[in-house]
Amino acid sequence: MASAEQNLAVEATNKNVQLEQSIIGNSELGEDTQQFLTFILAGQEYGVDILRVQEIKGWDAVTQVPNTPEYVRGVINLRGTIVPIIDLRIRFSMEQLEYGPTTVVIVLKVMSGDDSSRIMGIVVDGVSDVYNVKNDEIKAAPDFGEGVDSSFVSGLATVEEKMVIILDIDHMLNSDELAKVNKISDGE
Amino acid sequence: MTFDMSQFLVTFYEESFEGLDIMETELLALDVGEADLETINTIFRAAHSIKGGSGTFGLNDVATFTHVMETLLDEMRDGKRDVTQEGVNILLESVDVLREMLSTLQAEEELDVERIAIVKQKLDNLLAGDSTEAASPIVEEQPSVAENNITDTQTMDTSTAGSSGWVINFKPHVGMLQTGNDPVRMFRELSTLGDFSAELDTSNLPEFLLMEPENSALSWVLTLKGDIPKSEIEEVFDWVEDDCDLTITAITSSFPADEEIAEAEIISETEEPKPIKEVPVETPIPQAADSATSEKPEAKAKRKVTTEASSIRVSIDKVDELINMVGELVITQSMLSQLGEEEEFGEEHLEKLKNGLMQLERNTREMQENVMRIRMLPISFVFQRFPRLVHDLSGKLDKKIELVLSGESTELDKTVMEKIGDPLVHLVRNSLDHGIESPEVRLAAGKPETGEIHLNAFHEGGNIVIEITDDGAGLNLEKILSKAKSSGIVGENDKLVDEDIADLIFRPGFSTADVVSDVSGRGVGMDVVRRNIRALGGTVDVKTKAGEGSVFTIRLPLTLAILDGQSIVVGDEVYIVPLVAIVESIQVDTSLVNGITGQAEVYRLRDEYIPIVKLCDIFNVKPLHDNMEDGLLVVVEAEGKKVALLVDDLLGQQQVVIKSLETNFKSIEGISGATILGDGTVALILDVTGLITISKQNTKAGNSKTPTSVAA
Repeated sequence: MASAEQNLAVEATNKNVQLEQSIIGNSELGEDTQQFLTFILAGQEYGVDILRVQEIKGWDAVTQVPNTPEYVRGVINLRGTIVPIIDLRIRFSMEQLEYGPTTVVIVLKVMSGDDSSRIMGIVVDGVSDVYNVKNDEIKAAPDFGEGVDSSFVSGLATVEEKMVIILDIDHMLNSDELAKVNKISDGE
Repeated sequence: MTFDMSQFLVTFYEESFEGLDIMETELLALDVGEADLETINTIFRAAHSIKGGSGTFGLNDVATFTHVMETLLDEMRDGKRDVTQEGVNILLESVDVLREMLSTLQAEEELDVERIAIVKQKLDNLLAGDSTEAASPIVEEQPSVAENNITDTQTMDTSTAGSSGWVINFKPHVGMLQTGNDPVRMFRELSTLGDFSAELDTSNLPEFLLMEPENSALSWVLTLKGDIPKSEIEEVFDWVEDDCDLTITAITSSFPADEEIAEAEIISETEEPKPIKEVPVETPIPQAADSATSEKPEAKAKRKVTTEASSIRVSIDKVDELINMVGELVITQSMLSQLGEEEEFGEEHLEKLKNGLMQLERNTREMQENVMRIRMLPISFVFQRFPRLVHDLSGKLDKKIELVLSGESTELDKTVMEKIGDPLVHLVRNSLDHGIESPEVRLAAGKPETGEIHLNAFHEGGNIVIEITDDGAGLNLEKILSKAKSSGIVGENDKLVDEDIADLIFRPGFSTADVVSDVSGRGVGMDVVRRNIRALGGTVDVKTKAGEGSVFTIRLPLTLAILDGQSIVVGDEVYIVPLVAIVESIQVDTSLVNGITGQAEVYRLRDEYIPIVKLCDIFNVKPLHDNMEDGLLVVVEAEGKKVALLVDDLLGQQQVVIKSLETNFKSIEGISGATILGDGTVALILDVTGLITISKQNTKAGNSKTPTSVAA
C-alpha cells in the first residue's frame, strides 16, 4: 500500500515537472492564445484555463462533510486552509470509478460573482497535457437539446485532431448547492 | 507637498475618532451650570488636535468646523460663557457631525454639506448670541468666523463654477526663508496644477551692499489658469501660512458677485447671520456631488480597501510580557538543541529531554494565550456609546432613565467586540423603549420615577457574559402567547412554560412591531439580534418577571480564533465538540433509554429526560458500533436546552484553531467550522445549537426521511 502511494507520488511529481516544462516552454504566447490544462474524465478530454490551476496533487483521504450533495467528497487541509473536493464524475452523473494511481485532484481558483475567489479541488481520472489554443479555434458548444446540460461548457476546441471540452469552472463550481450562501446580514 | 502624507492619514482618522469619543464622554459628564474646568480643557484639547490634524491634511471643511467649536469651548474655558444645556447639546450634535464628516472623508464620499451648514449655523448663532460678557472679546472672534465662511463658500463655488483661474498675491515675510521654505519649490508645485505664470516685484529689494541673503525681500503676483479648486492652492501654502501675506482671488466672471456675498456676510454676520449662509451653500451641492463622483470612481474604490485595514492599540505591558516569553522560549530551544548535540544519548538525557519538552509545551501555551490577549480589548469600548444613546432616547421618549455600567474592564476579542455592538444597541434600545415605563406609570405602580438599565459584563467559564437588566414592566407573556397562537407559530393546545413563551420573541415571525401590541412591543428585529449573536458562536436568552423587569443574557466565546474542544469519534470521522457546551459524558445504560412513540428516544439522566441525538444518523456516517450500549453519550447544553449526543468514542481534549468552512465552501447546518488536527487531517467542529435545531426538525418530521446513503 505504502509503495503504491509512493509510486503515485513519484508519478504525480513527474507529471508536474513535465507540465511545468511545457508551460515554461510556451511562455511566449500571443494575446489571442490561451493555455489550457487538460484532464481525462471517462475517456474524454476536458480543459481548464491554466491560470486558474493552483496545483495538482494526488488523491488523499478527505474529511466528509455531512448534508452536502454526493459529489462533494469532503474537505482537505491545503497548507492551513480548508478546501472542498468535488468529484467531477459524480457531478456530471457519470459512472463512478474506483480511485486509482492516476486519479488526481486539480486545485482551482474559482471566481464568484462578487469579485471574491474560492479555492476548490476537482477529482479527475488523470491529467493529460497543456495546450495552446488560439481564441478563434474555440467553437461555441452546440445546443444538445434539453436532455444535456451544456451550461458548464464554455466551448469546444480541436487539438491534434482531438476534441477538447473547455469547461467554465466559475459557472460549474458556483451553481446549485455549491453556490455561496450570502453571509448573515449585520442587522443594520 | 512632495512626500506622501497618506500614510499618516490612517493614524489621523484613528486619533480623531478617539478624540471624538473623548469629547462625547466628557460632554455628557459636564455639569451644566458649574462646569469643571479640567473637563472643558479635555474637550478643548481633543477638538484642538482634530483641528490641527485636519488642517495639515488639507481637510479644510473639518478644520473650519472644528475651529468654530474650539472658539466656543475657548470661551467656556475662559469663563466668558456659561455652560448651558443648549450649548452642550449643540456641541454634542457637532461631535456627531464631525464624526460623520470624518467617516465620509475617510470613505472618500461626498460630505453632507447641508447638515454641516445647519449645525455650523447653530454654533455660529450661539457664538454670536448670548455670551455672558459684553461684546469686546467676541468682536475679536467674529472676523475669523466670518472669514472661515468666506473660504467655505468660495471653495464650494470655485470647485464647480469652472473658474478660469486664480490670482495669488504672495508676499513672504522677512524670515520665511529661514524656516526652510523655498518659494521656487512651491511655484513648481503650483505649475503642476495649471497654467502658471509669475510676476516678480523687486521694489522692496535693498541695495546690494545692504542685502541679507537669508531675508526674503521679494514678492510675487502669481497667475494660475485652469479649473482648480482653491483648496489645492491653499495646500501648497500650508506650511508658510503664518510666514507670508497671502491673498488668493478668483478670476472668474462671477467673481464680483461672489465678493459681494462675502462682504455682505461679514457685515451682517454680527447681526443676523441666518439667511446669508444658506444662499451660497444650497445651490452648489448637487453639482459638487455630481462632478466629483463622475470624475474618479476608480480612485474611490481603491481607497476604500486600504482604509479597511484596521489597527489595534496594545498596552506596553502586554508587549513586554510577550518579549519575556519569547526569551524563555529561546532558552528552552537552546537547551533542547544542546541535548540534540550530545553524542551519546543515555537515560539521564531522556529525562532532560522530557523536561525540556514539557517546558516547551508550557512556553507555547503561555505564548498562545498572550498573543490572543493582544486582540482582547476591554468591553468599555462598546459600553461607552450607551450613555449617549440613553441620554438622547430618554429625552425623546420622555422617560427618566439611569444607566448603570459595570464590568467595563472585562476583555473580549476585537472581532467579537466589533460585531456585538449593534445587537447590544438593539437590546438596550428595546429596554428603553418597551421595557421601562413612563414616569407616571412607574409612580402608579409604586416604583421609583427613574427607571434603571444595568449593563453588566463578566467572565464565566470560557465565555463572556453580557447582561442587560431593566426594572421595567417585563414581557407581557399572555399577549405574546396569544399572538403566537393566532399567527400559528404555536399550536392552540401546546403547553409552554414561561421561558419558552419569552423565547418566542426571538422568532422571525415576531419581528414586526404590530405582532405584539405597542404596550409591550418587544421583538422588533429580535430574530436578527439572535442570528447575529449566533453567528459569533454565542447565545442570547431572556428572563422576565411581570412588573419587575427583564434580563437579557448574552453569552459569547472569548475569541473566535481558538476553541477548547473535545475530540469525539463517529464511524471513521473525528469531530470536535466545544468543551464549554459539554455538561458530562456517560456510558449508555440501555434500561434508561425510552422511546417516545417510536420516533425519538430520550435518556433518563437522574431526574431529567434528555433527547438522544444520534450523530451517525444526522451526519450519515456508518457507526462503529451497532448497539447503543457500546457507544457513549455526550450531554451538551445550549441556550438552556440539553441533548445527549450518541458517539462511538471519546478522544482527547485539545485547543484547536478554528478555520472557516465558508472561505472556500459554504456554511453547513450543525457545523460551526473546521480545524486541522495534529496529523494534518481536517476535523469538523460541531455547532451544538444547530444540532439541537436539526434534531428537533428530525423529530417533527417523524424520522420518515431515511438518510440517503453516501458512497464511502
